Amino acid sequence: MYKIAVLGDHDSVYGFAAVGLDVFFAEEGPAAARRLRELVDGGYAVIYITESLFKFLEKDVSNYSEKAIPAIIPIPGASGNTGLGIERVRKSVERAVGSDMLFGASEAGKGETV
Amino acid sequence: MAKKQVNPTRMELTAMKRKLITAIRGHKLLKDKRDELMRQFLALVKENKALREEVEEGLLRSASNFALARAGISSQILDTGLLISGQQIGLEVGRKNIMGVLTPSFSFKMRSMDKSSIYSYGLSFTTEDLDIAAKSMSDMLPSLLRLAEVEKSCELMAAEIEKTRRRVNALEYTMIPEMQETIKYITMKLDENERANQIRLMKVKDMMLEQAHHYEERASGENADLALE
Repeated sequence: MYKIAVLGDHDSVYGFAAVGLDVFFAEEGPAAARRLRELVDGGYAVIYITESLFKFLEKDVSNYSEKAIPAIIPIPGASGNTGLGIERVRKSVERAVGSDMLFGASEAGKGETV
Repeated sequence: MAKKQVNPTRMELTAMKRKLITAIRGHKLLKDKRDELMRQFLALVKENKALREEVEEGLLRSASNFALARAGISSQILDTGLLISGQQIGLEVGRKNIMGVLTPSFSFKMRSMDKSSIYSYGLSFTTEDLDIAAKSMSDMLPSLLRLAEVEKSCELMAAEIEKTRRRVNALEYTMIPEMQETIKYITMKLDENERANQIRLMKVKDMMLEQAHHYEERASGENADLALE
C-alpha cells in the first residue's frame, strides 16, 4: 500500500492534513531535497509539492521523471499560482508534438496571484 | 556513392536487401506506434489541462477557506486539530500499459468510510469556517489524485513519443536512403563487373579462334590469290 505526501511551506500545506494526506513542511534549502529523497524511498507514490518549492527542487524531481512511480506533481501554494503547473503541461505537449498546439491561443505561463 | 564502405559482392547485396526490408517494416511499425501514441496523448493531455485548471482553482479556493478558518481559531488548536486527522488515505497503484508505455493508475482507499471523519477536531474550540475549509479540501481529493495519474502519464508518454519520433525520422531520412544508395551502388558495381567479364570472354574467344583457324593469314592469302589472278 502506497501513501500520498504533500511537501511545502507550512501555510500552503497544513490544510491537506485534514483529509488524511501526510504533510511535510520544508523550506527551500538542502533539507528539502533530502526530505524529497526520504519520501520517495519511504513508499510515497504521489508527492504534491508547492510550486515555489518545486521550482527549487527541479533537478531532484527530474531524476524521477522517467519512472512510473513516484508521481511528483506541483500544486499552487498559499502565495498564489505561479503558472508552473500549466507550463509543465505545455512543455510536455511541445515535447511530444514538436509544437505547442494546445495552448497556442491561451496565455499559458502567466499566472495570476491571489 | 554510398557513404559506407562496402564490398560490392552478391552476399553483401543479399544481406543489405534483407536489412532494408527489416528497416522499412520497422519504420512502418514505429510510425503506427507514434500515431497511436499521439492520438492517446492528445486526449489525455486535454484532460490534464482541464483537470489542472480545476484543481488549481479549487486549491486556491480552499486555501482562502483555510485562511479564513485560521483567522478565527488559535493556530495551536488548528494545527493539533488537523494533524491528528481521523482520516488516512492509502493508495493502490496499478500499472496501465498504453502502447508499451507503463503508466501508473492510482486508486485511493480511505481508512474510514465515514464522511465526517475529516472533522476530527473538537467542535468546541473551532469555528464553522474550519468545517467548510476541510470539506472543500476533501471535495478536491478525487480530482487531485486523478491529476497526479494523468499528469504523470502525460509526462511518460511525451518522453516515449519523442523517442519514437526520433527513431522514425532516423529510419526515414537516414538509414533507409543510405541502404537504398548502398544497394544501388552494389548492383551497379556488379553489373559493371559482369559486362567487363563478358567483353573479356568475347575477346579471348576471338583470340582462340584466330589461333585455331588462322583467319587472318587465310584472308591475306586469299587476297594474294585474287591479286594473282
